[in-house]
Amino acid sequence: MLNTLLTDYTFQTVALGAALLGLVSGVLGSFAVLRRQSLLGDGVSHAALPGVVAAFLMTGSKNTETLLAGALATGLLGTLLITAITRRSRVKFDSALAIVMSVFFGGGLVLLTLSQRIPNANQAGLNRFIYGQASALLQRDVVLMVICGVVLLSVILLFWKEFKLLCFDPQYATTLGRSTGFWSLLLSFLTVLAIIIGLQTVGVVLMSAMLITPAVAARLWCRQLWSMVTLSAVFGAVSGVIGTAASSLISQLPTGPTIVICVSAIALVSLFIAPGRGILARALNRSRGRARLVMERRDGHGPID
Amino acid sequence: MTDFAVRVQDLTVAYDAQPVLWDIDLEIPRSSLVAIVGPNGAGKSTLLKAMLGLLKPVTGGVTFPSGLSKHDIGYVPQSENVDWDFPTTALDVVLMGRYGHLGLVRRPKKADRVLALSCLGKVGMAAHRDRQIAELSGGQQQRVFLARALCQEANIYFMDEPFKGVDTVTEKTIVALLQELKAAGKTVIVVHHDLQTVPDYFDWVALINMQLIDAGPVSEVFHAENLSRTYRGAMPPLKGAV
Repeated sequence: MLNTLLTDYTFQTVALGAALLGLVSGVLGSFAVLRRQSLLGDGVSHAALPGVVAAFLMTGSKNTETLLAGALATGLLGTLLITAITRRSRVKFDSALAIVMSVFFGGGLVLLTLSQRIPNANQAGLNRFIYGQASALLQRDVVLMVICGVVLLSVILLFWKEFKLLCFDPQYATTLGRSTGFWSLLLSFLTVLAIIIGLQTVGVVLMSAMLITPAVAARLWCRQLWSMVTLSAVFGAVSGVIGTAASSLISQLPTGPTIVICVSAIALVSLFIAPGRGILARALNRSRGRARLVMERRDGHGPID
Repeated sequence: MTDFAVRVQDLTVAYDAQPVLWDIDLEIPRSSLVAIVGPNGAGKSTLLKAMLGLLKPVTGGVTFPSGLSKHDIGYVPQSENVDWDFPTTALDVVLMGRYGHLGLVRRPKKADRVLALSCLGKVGMAAHRDRQIAELSGGQQQRVFLARALCQEANIYFMDEPFKGVDTVTEKTIVALLQELKAAGKTVIVVHHDLQTVPDYFDWVALINMQLIDAGPVSEVFHAENLSRTYRGAMPPLKGAV
């Protein structure tokens, strides 16, 4: 069965797309997690929905590029709004996020309902962006994903130092003459692009899981930024392939949610068994430390020697 | 050649409409060890950040001698400024001191690593080069930040309460470092809260409480009358004043 799967053209296309999505969102998600902006991805992906529908309503086209361009536009608008509200008002980041996310997603649903009232409109299938429909991925969609992915990863690699400094110590970066506003905006833009890449596959509702979960899992295992980003990419890509395979082998299993469950399983296991930061390692460490104290107490040592 | 390291003119800084610093004029001489002293909430850190360009003043400005570039200005932030749970090592943080010299895309070379390691050595942290920064104590984290600033090979150093909450080893390390920097002709400007140690550690002092009370060599301006004007009667007990 596995053999037929591996030579199946549709499977190859979808698996490649899902792996790519996992890889790219794993990389960008690492930076989002380290900047404590885990939830921003959720806001952006929800904000992308009205863009998809508006692009369809305006052009009447269901080309992936057209729809995703719309998603990119409103996704970016959502990010800018969240940033602007947080900077310019007393509203905190989480509240600003919740407001923008629900307004945009609500607007998207309204537009979606409206579009379905248009007679003869070829609107069926737009709602695949809500929950994602990986099996609908075409080869040209995957080509688009490859192009975006290569651009994203090249920018990250080229300016690696800058992004690292921005995430760790933005004030110090400013004193070195770096514009944190610019670099932070660029990183947000790349994150929005990564989210847009994944919309067709996992949909706006689950997309933030693809961004955050691999990064959180990788953080538990790694002590360096580069290893965390690499491992996060691997977790994302592997989940993409396993999720696609599982949903191809078992009928009625939706691909996007299966990928998300797969990456969540990796995170859950990591949470327990990761050395150093995992729950088991910490418990073991604590009980060993306490046992040592008991021994020292019995031997009559002071707390310092 | 100019003889000042930093010149502050008519500087007023406000958070919202609340002034924190009011019309500060200050000229800090080159190769001096300067303490910025004042009560809590007097605007010491604000002054430091305004001098570094991290805060935009309402009026006035800060000038550095011409020919000085951004990476000639070193900054040692308070260690709680960053998330120490970031996945990186002590040596890696010190290497960030080279980023200004490297520009946007170049990676640190072997020479940068050698320099970073020697800077870690200067603060007594060479053995901890590969330690995860989360595993370091507060004093060790402070020393890593100092090493990063050293690695930048700056001309003027700004330090925000480097002595705050550190152990005696770290305190001694910092004091020795200040002397070494001065001997090398560098200027060091330090936000400082411990009045007792001002005459021992520094040779120049700026007393502020929203406004500049006085500034000059420690032997001339660090006296009881100025201190009581700075602290407005709420002065901590002091033996060291001249």
